[in-house]
Amino acid sequence: MAITRDEVLHVARLARLELTDDEIERFTEQLSAILEAVAKVSELDLSDVEPTAHPLDLVNVWAEDEPRPSIPVEDALANAPDREAGFFKAPPA
Amino acid sequence: MIDTLRLTAEEAMGLIERGEASAAELHSAYLDAIRERDGELHAYLRTVDEADGAGVPIAFKDVISSRGVETTAGSKILEGYVPVFDSTVATRCREAGLPLIGKTNMDEFAMGSSTENSAYGPTRNPWDPGRVPGGSSGGSAAAVAAGLAPWALGTDTGGSVKQPASLCGIVGLRPTYGTVSRYGIVAFASSLDQVGPMTKTVRDNALLYRIIAGRDPCDTTTVEPPQPVELPEREDLKGIRVGVPKELNEAEGIEPGVKEAADRTIELCRTLGAEVGETTLPRSVEYGLACYYLVAPAEASSNLSRYDGVRYGLRVEGENGVRSMYERTRDAGFGDEPKRRIMLGAYALSAGYYEAYYGQAQKVRTVIAQEHAAAFRSFDVLVSPTSPTVAFRLGEKAENPLAMYLSDVLTIPSNMAGLPGLSIPCGLSEGLPVGFQLIGPQFSENTLFHVGHALERAIGFDVVPGRLQ
Repeated sequence: MAITRDEVLHVARLARLELTDDEIERFTEQLSAILEAVAKVSELDLSDVEPTAHPLDLVNVWAEDEPRPSIPVEDALANAPDREAGFFKAPPA
Repeated sequence: MIDTLRLTAEEAMGLIERGEASAAELHSAYLDAIRERDGELHAYLRTVDEADGAGVPIAFKDVISSRGVETTAGSKILEGYVPVFDSTVATRCREAGLPLIGKTNMDEFAMGSSTENSAYGPTRNPWDPGRVPGGSSGGSAAAVAAGLAPWALGTDTGGSVKQPASLCGIVGLRPTYGTVSRYGIVAFASSLDQVGPMTKTVRDNALLYRIIAGRDPCDTTTVEPPQPVELPEREDLKGIRVGVPKELNEAEGIEPGVKEAADRTIELCRTLGAEVGETTLPRSVEYGLACYYLVAPAEASSNLSRYDGVRYGLRVEGENGVRSMYERTRDAGFGDEPKRRIMLGAYALSAGYYEAYYGQAQKVRTVIAQEHAAAFRSFDVLVSPTSPTVAFRLGEKAENPLAMYLSDVLTIPSNMAGLPGLSIPCGLSEGLPVGFQLIGPQFSENTLFHVGHALERAIGFDVVPGRLQ
């Protein structure tokens, strides 16, 4: 196995996913197969190759700092599962 | 009586200009067609009753934010989400007067190649409802193929416009990265995502690309295409150098019927006056898929962290505090494929693995770009089948993620390099459409449209599925 059950649990915790036992088993097997396949990239010696993060050679794009209308608070909250007094409401941390 | 099965967007435009049909009549004809045929196909997740605009109606993949119209990205985690703003492509279509017909089905968060990963059930292929339409823009492809929309927008990250266009027998463009705004598109992998037109003809495709392309101050990765979009007219290929990359045309898994149809089309390029020669992309095809399945999930794991049950979408309450609410919301809201990719991405980015996986994949991406650039020193376009197979059966690959990933083995390499690609139907194999992929250098859309149009005229492919005639 390219990835162990404990590693899957660790990654699920990092990704804030509460997996069921069923899912842990299924994903351990599937992620192992996928990781074995993608590990193919390590076959290449690319020590003198620069990484590409973005397909276009863009330099910084600047804009004037001009105020323009933003989304009204009421709109911004329109899809919130819970709200109070003009704020998103979440359970205590 | 408007025959939506055959009508191209250009012909629909003519009907409107000559006063023979109004936008509202067209819109209503498509809604009628949807009522008649979409029960079986399920190309649409929802339709819009009123025509807003005086132009040719259009359908959007459900990953494209449309103000006031629910947008779910095919996920339960966004069920009921109604955008309070338009994506830039929606604004451009609105300004061009194109009324929205509805939002089309897709693999959840655009992750998939069959539209079976939609949380709202699969879409079926209009050529054979036992088969998939491809994906992730399968709803848009099926809608255009079945005459349920004259044209549609999809999005393409690893092949999600080109591959479903191929499997449904229509024309699909993945534009040069950066020529179409991503503002208001539900993000999957930001360095790869592009919106693209899905149409019955190459000319329709150019017309729609002309509407949506261009720099957008709301997306600083956008640029203005250096030349205006030209509507293709020429029907010969004199002066065009067509490169046939060996690895893309001889890849393992290409079905014999697909290879034959593509080879016939390559021969046709010669007949139409093109110079045809063999070329090579030695590492792009062999390592492209692995590169993509590190880069795209890594970006997805970051992009999908926003679904936390706080600002929009689903919330499932936890037992103790915000953390268990996050974890339960995300476990309940995401389907298997987003979960796999989020975990794969988080793993590839985690301490100890970053250099070996993500860092190395970014270097492979450089190699892929260099190999394509080298091929374009000798050729104007590179050609191959779009998909190794024709449409496969529902359920055939659903249990095996790796087998599904191979559906995009021929579309992924050029996508990694930010290059435009056009898929046109080039014939049938076992009664199902085969797509022919044309890849060009960055900003070469006009060349792709020219070559695609000339081939389309010479091939004379009938875009109406046999069973619907």
